[in-house]
Amino acid sequence: MKRLAFLIAGLLASAPTLAATVAITGGTVATAVGDAVIANGTVIIRDGRIAAVGANLPVPAGATVIDATGKFVTPGLITAMSTLGIVEVEGVRQTNDASARNTPFSAAIDVTPAINPMSPPIAVNRLGGVTRAIVGPEASTEIFGGQGAIISLAASGDILMQGRAFQLIEMGEDGARSAGGSRPAAWLNLRNGFAEAQRYARNPAAFDSGRDKDSLIKRLDAAALVAVVEGRVPAVIHAERASDIIGVLGLKQEFPKLRIILIGAREGWLVADKIAAAKVPVITLSLHDLPDSFETLASTRSNVGRLVAAGVTVGLGIFAGDSGAQPRNLPYFAGNSVAQASVPGGVGLTRAQALATITRAPAQIFSLTDLGTLEPGKRGDVVVWDGDPLELTSAPTAVLIDGVPQPMTSRQTLLRDRYRDLTPGALPLQYNK
Amino acid sequence: MRKIALFGLVLLAGCAGKTPPPATTAAAGPKPDVVSIPLDPYPSTYRVYPGVVTVIQNATIYDGAGRKYAPGAVRIENGKVAEIGATVAVPAGATVIDAAGKYVTAGVIDAHSHLGDYPSPGVEALSDGNEATSPARPEVWAEHSVWPQDAGFARALAGGITAFHVLPGSANLFGGRGVTLKPVYGRTAQDMKFPGAPYSLKMACGENPKRVYGNRGQMPQTRMGNIAYDRQTWSDAVEYKRRWDDYTRRAKAGTAKPTDAPRRDIAKDTLMGVLNGEILVQNHCYRADEMANVIAMSHEFGYKVTTFHHAVESYKIADLLAKEGICSAMWADWYGFKMESYDGIRENIALVDHAGACAIVHSDDANGIQRLNQEAAKAMAAGNRMGFGITPEHVWTWLSLNPARALGIDKQTGSLEPGKAADVVLWNANPLSVYARPERVWVDGALIYDWADPKRRPMADFELGQPGAGDPK
Repeated sequence: MKRLAFLIAGLLASAPTLAATVAITGGTVATAVGDAVIANGTVIIRDGRIAAVGANLPVPAGATVIDATGKFVTPGLITAMSTLGIVEVEGVRQTNDASARNTPFSAAIDVTPAINPMSPPIAVNRLGGVTRAIVGPEASTEIFGGQGAIISLAASGDILMQGRAFQLIEMGEDGARSAGGSRPAAWLNLRNGFAEAQRYARNPAAFDSGRDKDSLIKRLDAAALVAVVEGRVPAVIHAERASDIIGVLGLKQEFPKLRIILIGAREGWLVADKIAAAKVPVITLSLHDLPDSFETLASTRSNVGRLVAAGVTVGLGIFAGDSGAQPRNLPYFAGNSVAQASVPGGVGLTRAQALATITRAPAQIFSLTDLGTLEPGKRGDVVVWDGDPLELTSAPTAVLIDGVPQPMTSRQTLLRDRYRDLTPGALPLQYNK
Repeated sequence: MRKIALFGLVLLAGCAGKTPPPATTAAAGPKPDVVSIPLDPYPSTYRVYPGVVTVIQNATIYDGAGRKYAPGAVRIENGKVAEIGATVAVPAGATVIDAAGKYVTAGVIDAHSHLGDYPSPGVEALSDGNEATSPARPEVWAEHSVWPQDAGFARALAGGITAFHVLPGSANLFGGRGVTLKPVYGRTAQDMKFPGAPYSLKMACGENPKRVYGNRGQMPQTRMGNIAYDRQTWSDAVEYKRRWDDYTRRAKAGTAKPTDAPRRDIAKDTLMGVLNGEILVQNHCYRADEMANVIAMSHEFGYKVTTFHHAVESYKIADLLAKEGICSAMWADWYGFKMESYDGIRENIALVDHAGACAIVHSDDANGIQRLNQEAAKAMAAGNRMGFGITPEHVWTWLSLNPARALGIDKQTGSLEPGKAADVVLWNANPLSVYARPERVWVDGALIYDWADPKRRPMADFELGQPGAGDPK
């Protein structure tokens, strides 16, 4: 009880800080608008929004000045998929709310109530310049994984931006496994789910009449899928193999309002023109190059470059199976796509295109119209870097979210500081706080 | 602690006392018939591929032993490094590569891989890395699971890898023997074996063994169970060794017949190899307190831990690891995926190095092995933000000479020094930059990868005729 009171006091103490006017001056500003880079640029943030971006702008009176001379300035990074806030330790069940093995529900699952703003990975990744995250569930026993959310990584205030922001759907090998063992079974589950949602939408009160008690989809699941078939929330569909991707694109014929976002798409480059023609964006990672399953035989680090060249909007994100990947490492995934352009026969990205995959593109994919670039009117999510933002040796020196400078500490920096000197002292190291 | 160390010494001394005196009977009578355990029954059939005399000049060179040459040049001849310096002699007819603006390094060595044992594709039929049928399986050898058609070998090579150690998984306390391979395809695993590399014994602490067996209602179910099971196993191994030592002494003295030889126990052969110092212990261990337990146990039974793997908490006991001379093979920033990795920090590698302990960047991952240079760069930057002033040439010891030492192959490779193997990588840019990629890789002086020449880019059988085959990846 005493512990609970203490926690509540802590929560109150971290109520939203009102954003003052901030001027970030003298930096090399990569706006993520086209390939615009402003030398000796100034970014002015007022009331949490970007007020002006340009070279040598006057600093408003009373503004807090962040000197970025010799540094780089970018929009806050957005991870196009993650489990931030819903998974603290993947292997510890009590802290992993991404998937539920023993629930009768599927599409209705909503990650929102699980989101924990105090979860240490939020601070750890914020220190890497990540300011917003798409948060998705993992499907376990059904092809419908449930509804994801969009969050801010701010240290204070309400971090939930949008709940029920999309539906995660597993097709391909994972979908086949969830559906009982085959791709045809997964397709049946998908069509059945969507058809039941349409039936539910026509007459919710009559939904249960005439249904078998063993019917495959629950009332709540059907209700959750209505917004998907009606195109009000996007369907993030996992498919890797080229033929599976074609199948997913074909869904638009049957369900014309469906807004599809592909996730995975490792063989996407084989059908890049078709993905582009369908105006379907892709969430993937840039470093997969192993035929590590039968649905990813054509994996190549040129996938992202070829998709972008074909006109597909590509955002980098991390989802189930990308062990070792962390949102704070997204700049390196982007930077490696630049390196891929130097490989004979490889297709990569320009630096501006690479930066877009972790800023502008994720914002576009999830219709976050006031995020992803440094332009007047956008939210004041800005990162100041001590070097090239895509470079391995660079790190943020300042992170602003909605114009509020964020604390630059995490559990990890505290551990580092505690153990940096192991010389025996007057008291054990555990007294260093 | 001191008491345990003392006990260890006594035990070692005890063993030494039983060592037979040098044979003095060579001239007298027939040679005694002594049964012995073959040390290398599955020998390497690796062949060095043809190379040409090659000079790479005007490069920036990180030699892997902590030196930098800028400008630097290296001459490769007869499979070896013949000369290295600001300039080197250019023999008539040598292939000369002008590497202005480019970088040359010692080949990258990964001390922790499961390539071949968990190959691509990752299907159950090819999942051969954990013999999870008993907590102690020192009798299994990783090389007997290696599928030589893993596409991962080609990708590792294209990432600048010139040697790597394949370990069994960590389900068991005693996982089995690890093997050092070269990323040079062969028709058999034996074709890929690094000649003369010692075997290792994979051991594991912590969550994995206690979870795997605890869930079956078997020992170990706890960390104390892990150590207890380990100790009994080592105690039995000590007894096995005592019997073999005793038999060997008597047989050499002509007082024991071949039928008096102890019954071979394939599992205990491996453990005895550790006790004899022939097999190196590679110990998966995350937490500092568990590493300390293992160190004490090694003193109790008279063996040496060569390397702690994963070691995300090495920074908490970096002084102890330095004192014990134990390497840590680490990721740059993996943390938090399981409870025992909860306290991982980005400064781990730099803090271990700063304490004077042996630091190694490892992968444990078929993707990570392709970019160990990038992991090293992240670790360097984290350390330099603490003010450590770590240089790129020093960082390269984490990638080459230190892992070579941990694998017992540092006499042959791990640095670009005259007489050592010409395991060389030419990079298009500073390899501690995200924009760098290997252009060419030489193994034993043979140009075995060239990013611009499809004829020098290997393709595993599995990839032939598959979608995307031939893509530079």
